[in-house]
Amino acid sequence: MPPVAPRSGDAIFANVERVNAELFTLTYGAIVRQLLTDLEEVEEVNEQLDQMGYNIGIRLIDEFLAKSNVSRCNDFRETTDVIAKVGFKMFLGVTASVTNWDADGTCCSIVLEDNPLVDFVELPDNCQGLYYCNILSGVIRGALDMVSMKTEVTWLRDVLRGDDVFELQVKLLKHVPEEYPYKDDE
Amino acid sequence: MIGVGKIKQYSNVLDKPLTKGKQEVSLSAFAFLFSELVQYNQTQVDNIGELERRLEDAGYAVGARVLELLCHRDKGNRRETRLLNILSFVHSTVWKVLFGKVADSLEKGTEHEDEYMISEKELLVNKFISIPKDMGTFNCGAFVAGIVRGVLDGAGFPAVVTAHFVPMEGQQRPRTTILIKFAEEVLRREARLG
Repeated sequence: MPPVAPRSGDAIFANVERVNAELFTLTYGAIVRQLLTDLEEVEEVNEQLDQMGYNIGIRLIDEFLAKSNVSRCNDFRETTDVIAKVGFKMFLGVTASVTNWDADGTCCSIVLEDNPLVDFVELPDNCQGLYYCNILSGVIRGALDMVSMKTEVTWLRDVLRGDDVFELQVKLLKHVPEEYPYKDDE
Repeated sequence: MIGVGKIKQYSNVLDKPLTKGKQEVSLSAFAFLFSELVQYNQTQVDNIGELERRLEDAGYAVGARVLELLCHRDKGNRRETRLLNILSFVHSTVWKVLFGKVADSLEKGTEHEDEYMISEKELLVNKFISIPKDMGTFNCGAFVAGIVRGVLDGAGFPAVVTAHFVPMEGQQRPRTTILIKFAEEVLRREARLG
């Protein structure tokens, strides 16, 4: 049987169950607000958001692979392209672009022009150190972890801090070789 | 550089035009996010009551903003001033915007004059949730109860709002009832308005 062709982000998004983005946006805002109340430092909030994102990413990758028909990516370049074009569209209904590749193809930027997390949001003066969308960096890191790619994801630009776009730098730290949970001779 | 300058810059979030409310994200994205909200709050509490209270607090923050948003966008900054009208607004307008459909039913409590119930066969937030036996009557609908309380409070109808499971004959999963118990002052004002 021939392999099933991978589906575009638009095609998947058109076929999944959807909810109003405002419910999603306001719920995320409520989470951030709760974290700011509970935790002393803005830096701790950034870490907690990243951890929450990581927890989501390690589960979300299963659904992504099941619904997208994406086969094994050949390299990191192809992987980030799939994240930007299919992943973001499938879950958030927005498309990202990939730019600023380094020479050895292990570091790039994912640029988001539209981001449903930040509707209605303005950072107050006492939260200028907050990476409000830090959950996204955790999601990417967690999802890639599950497909044997250890990465470091950091924010380079943020509309809430006066930049014109959201830009995430994704850096491949190492490709973890896959290990089977059993030995061949057993 | 790809896409630079496509986002129009606003010096103030209040200058930015409001969205039409038609944008959507996948249900999975919301479910994963809500799951994290519940799991995070589990680490902050010692008992079920406290967990429900924290979820309700989170929902309250959503409800207060939903009221502002809908009144500004859909009602020309006007708000309901009568009890049945505000309940109808929650049951239909708010529910439709947040959950994509009008709530299954809105009923008046039979035992108490100050109680009303909004029932939903399958509440969106409970869709992918299964409650472990040791957590007894815990209901993630507390988040939605918080949303309702936030809307009502912001509109000047203070109330205690709670979420309860109600078993249904022939159904594997119980339905969720959001019980609204209005403050005495609300009923007094309503009686005065006739």
